Amino acid sequence: MSYQIKIVSAAVATALLALGGTAQADEKPVKVGIVTFMSGAAAGPFGVPARHGAEVLLEELNAGKVPAPYDSVGFGGTPLEFVYIDESGGTSQQVTEFRNMVDRAGVDMVIGYTSSGNCLAIAPVAEELKTLTMFYDCGTPRIFEDDEHHYVFRPVAHGTMDNVGAAMYAVDQKPDMKTYAGINQNYAWGQDSWRDFEGALKQLKPDVKLTTSQMPKLGAGQYNAEISAIMASNPDILHSSFYGGDLEGLIVQAQPRGMMEHVPTILTTGETITHDNKIKIPDGTIIGARGPHGVFAPDSELNTWFRNAYQDQIKGDPWYPSYKMAQTILGTKAAYEKAKADNGGQAPNTEQIIAAFEGLTFVAPSGEVKMALGNGHQAVQEVVYGTARNVDGKLTFENVKRYPSEVVTPPEGVKSEDWIKNGMKH
Amino acid sequence: MLMLPAAIIDGIMYAAWLFLVAVGLTLIYGVMKILNLAHGAFYTLGAYVAATFVGFWLAGDYNPYYSYLLLLLAGVIGGLVLGVLVERGILRRFYKEDQVVLLLVTYAIFLILEDVVKMIWGVEPYVISQPYGLLGSFNIGLLYYPNYNFVILGAAILSGVGLALFLKLTRPGKLLRVVIHDREISMALGINVQRYFLVTFVAGSILAALGGALTAPTISVAPEIGVEVIVLAFAVIVIGGLGSLPGAALGALIVGLVRSFAVHYFPEVELFSIYAVMAVVLIVRPMGLFAAAEPRKI
Amino acid sequence: MKSSSTMHARQRARRPQHALIALVVTLILIALGIGLSTWQFVVVVALSKGLAALGLVLLLRCGLVSFGQGLYYCAGAYAVGMAMSHLGIRDLVPLLLLATVSAAVIAALLGVLLSRYRDIFFAILTLAFTMILYGLLIRNPVLGGSDGFNVQSPTFFLLADGALSRRTMFIITAVVVGVSIWAVQRFLATPMGRLGPAMKDNEIRVEYLGASARRNIFWNYTLAGALAGLGGGLTSFSIGHIDPDLAFWTTSGEFLFIAILGGTRNAYAPFLGAIALELIRSLAFQYVPNSWQIVIGVSMLVIIIFLPGGLISIARLWLRSAARGA
Repeated sequence: MSYQIKIVSAAVATALLALGGTAQADEKPVKVGIVTFMSGAAAGPFGVPARHGAEVLLEELNAGKVPAPYDSVGFGGTPLEFVYIDESGGTSQQVTEFRNMVDRAGVDMVIGYTSSGNCLAIAPVAEELKTLTMFYDCGTPRIFEDDEHHYVFRPVAHGTMDNVGAAMYAVDQKPDMKTYAGINQNYAWGQDSWRDFEGALKQLKPDVKLTTSQMPKLGAGQYNAEISAIMASNPDILHSSFYGGDLEGLIVQAQPRGMMEHVPTILTTGETITHDNKIKIPDGTIIGARGPHGVFAPDSELNTWFRNAYQDQIKGDPWYPSYKMAQTILGTKAAYEKAKADNGGQAPNTEQIIAAFEGLTFVAPSGEVKMALGNGHQAVQEVVYGTARNVDGKLTFENVKRYPSEVVTPPEGVKSEDWIKNGMKH
Repeated sequence: MLMLPAAIIDGIMYAAWLFLVAVGLTLIYGVMKILNLAHGAFYTLGAYVAATFVGFWLAGDYNPYYSYLLLLLAGVIGGLVLGVLVERGILRRFYKEDQVVLLLVTYAIFLILEDVVKMIWGVEPYVISQPYGLLGSFNIGLLYYPNYNFVILGAAILSGVGLALFLKLTRPGKLLRVVIHDREISMALGINVQRYFLVTFVAGSILAALGGALTAPTISVAPEIGVEVIVLAFAVIVIGGLGSLPGAALGALIVGLVRSFAVHYFPEVELFSIYAVMAVVLIVRPMGLFAAAEPRKI
Repeated sequence: MKSSSTMHARQRARRPQHALIALVVTLILIALGIGLSTWQFVVVVALSKGLAALGLVLLLRCGLVSFGQGLYYCAGAYAVGMAMSHLGIRDLVPLLLLATVSAAVIAALLGVLLSRYRDIFFAILTLAFTMILYGLLIRNPVLGGSDGFNVQSPTFFLLADGALSRRTMFIITAVVVGVSIWAVQRFLATPMGRLGPAMKDNEIRVEYLGASARRNIFWNYTLAGALAGLGGGLTSFSIGHIDPDLAFWTTSGEFLFIAILGGTRNAYAPFLGAIALELIRSLAFQYVPNSWQIVIGVSMLVIIIFLPGGLISIARLWLRSAARGA
């Protein structure tokens, strides 16, 4: 019996080697831990599209099908291996999983993390274990504003620009507005979003008045009372950083009552629900994508490639989390290859990759990205907002405005909260 | 100007929803003295079954008005099947244990059911919002309320009144009240308590699933919708008195109105007001507002 | 008939054993942690959670289920965090003392109220209080809100300058746990400690015997709170990050599971349960990431049906047969 098994495995191994082609089969693949939500409320809007983005990048990179300047296989010719970890279970669980990834699974680097709480908890562990870690989505500016990190990078912009940009767009679109309201989830993400939006709005238009700020619990699900309170107070504009099931519930419950038709609503992460055709987004709703992602990405060869590859593999359009994941992976690739070139063509070690990554400028499907803050560890990008309009049953965007990073992001060394309070000077 | 009537209407509508999801829990506690932590999972299941039925129906372009019937059917079938499975399959083995162990057993069942739902339906959310808007809406000044809310209000009133009449007037209902009062004496009198347990648990499950099914068109049906519901249902029946039907109604009304007024007038407070109310009621009158004080058994 | 002096002598002869056994167990733990360094982190977290579960065991022995141990666990962790960032205290000993004492104080205050309640009302009230703390923390941006904040490694005045290494932290945790086990074992041998199962059986008879059930429960509750606070303080160092989730009722549910898994027989049981749970969870997360809750739920049911005394009952049988065989 074992004889037959030996023959079969030899045949399979030979076949695999033959298929391996020109890959440097003697080099160990670069092993990357990919951490996103695969269960729970954040899986649907963020975790799953991000994971799809990673899967598409893995396939395309290992086949060398990405357009220049990323046309080498994997990272610098070395193929990639991804290990997917679920981000759910809380910070204690995530710290354990991070250590498991590094100590037991032996990953070379880690890419992931949607939740700000997890990012804050993981950063010091990454430093302790000296493991290169790239955050692809979490929004809190605290990572590089409160501390310095050597092994941690965030090749996507942080969340301050989402809400400062929203305030600017609101004032641009409705210069004569007098009142505003908000509905945000009552935890750090919603509280910070609201604080930044309100702070920025007050700076731009000091005489606006708040009508009501609703802060329901995360996952509350029933918003009829909040909708009544908002409609009764009749604001000129409504701000919300809701996402996922809460956002869908809000829209479904608001729709027969006409809240979003009567009150122009800004959805800072709204891009994630534009893909579900069962949810109808009313005309006049202002949608954000946390950057120039998704439908707001400028035309480029890289963008076209990404959208086509994603469509082929996943049979749908890439969402903004997919873009951010792709951007993070490509930024890491750019740093790796720069470090390799600086190292005379030899595979670089972690310190060399870090040196190359700091202050790097690279291109992504959403455009150019500069690692300009946090001593070169934090990226900046423009923020984009557009107004939804349904044309012939299809969702389109008009009045698309782009706000450059200097206008919506605090400069190096200044904390977001202080920067907004002091007038957002740039 | 509009705030007071809006706050009251919102409060009553929320109270109706709360009663619907809480009444099954108080029934099960009253008869079986089990605090069913898996209640939220039955609610979730009802919502998912409804989403499947109605989703299928609406995709097939059939008459959308029949979707309401499907919602009811989903609740009844889902609750019936799962209730029988859980009671016969798992819960029955633990009846001789004390209350606390049973609490943990229902917690374990809750964990298991959460993942079972994920295995069957996946992690992506389901939206079946058409029935919500189909019945039109009524308005008070600038405020529009969908008429669907009357469906929930009606279901709450029907189940409450129906249960009350059942317990008061029918023979099985009266025997059930005997079991609620004293399990041991009922057994001594020859009442088949085991059978009543099954019937009660299934009834409670159906009510929970019905709550989920009727709520489904108003939300996005996703894996974690049951977690919030357990806590709310808990608070409602604790305030009203564990095991008391009129208590559940009063508890729902109190929680609904408190929350609604908080949202309209003091949105800051909302987050833990329900726990504070629960704690206050428990401290002042631990058996709840309606249940009679129980003498200590020696 | 045996004279009372012989009985006392026998009891005195039994007492040193507690310290010896606790010492041996501590040494085994330390060896484990250093030997299997990849599991070190998992074990140190389990030990901290075990302390909270130990407090819960005290309450379970009195017949009370608390869904609120998380409150003290969280209070201890935040006491450490806040003392480090706002008061600048960085030394281990004062920090742990602060964690334990602040949790004990809160437990004493709440204990005055809670000792009047039993059964399901006790459980629900403890749940309500821990959720109130959770709500307060979520709304508080000064304490980091729902994202929480990071805690650095402490210093230890005996050892050299600079922060403690992971390994030293592990050894200190093991030693603290060993001392706690010894302390609780001694407590369980005192009249107050032995009154627990009696109260669970029949509280009225206990009162007829002249003991105050209420006072007993108050002290058990305060001690339980102190232990949980100590565990929370240790956790904040091991994990390095604290957030309000520590006060969410599901954390307390986890402690309850650990207590049931381990058993309520003695002070070693919850640590056995904690380590077992961390192992089950790690493996479940790795092999069935989408169904790990089913694994936990089924394990709970299996333990309740087949092993109501918890894992400690197996351990004792095994130890006893090993001793007999030797």
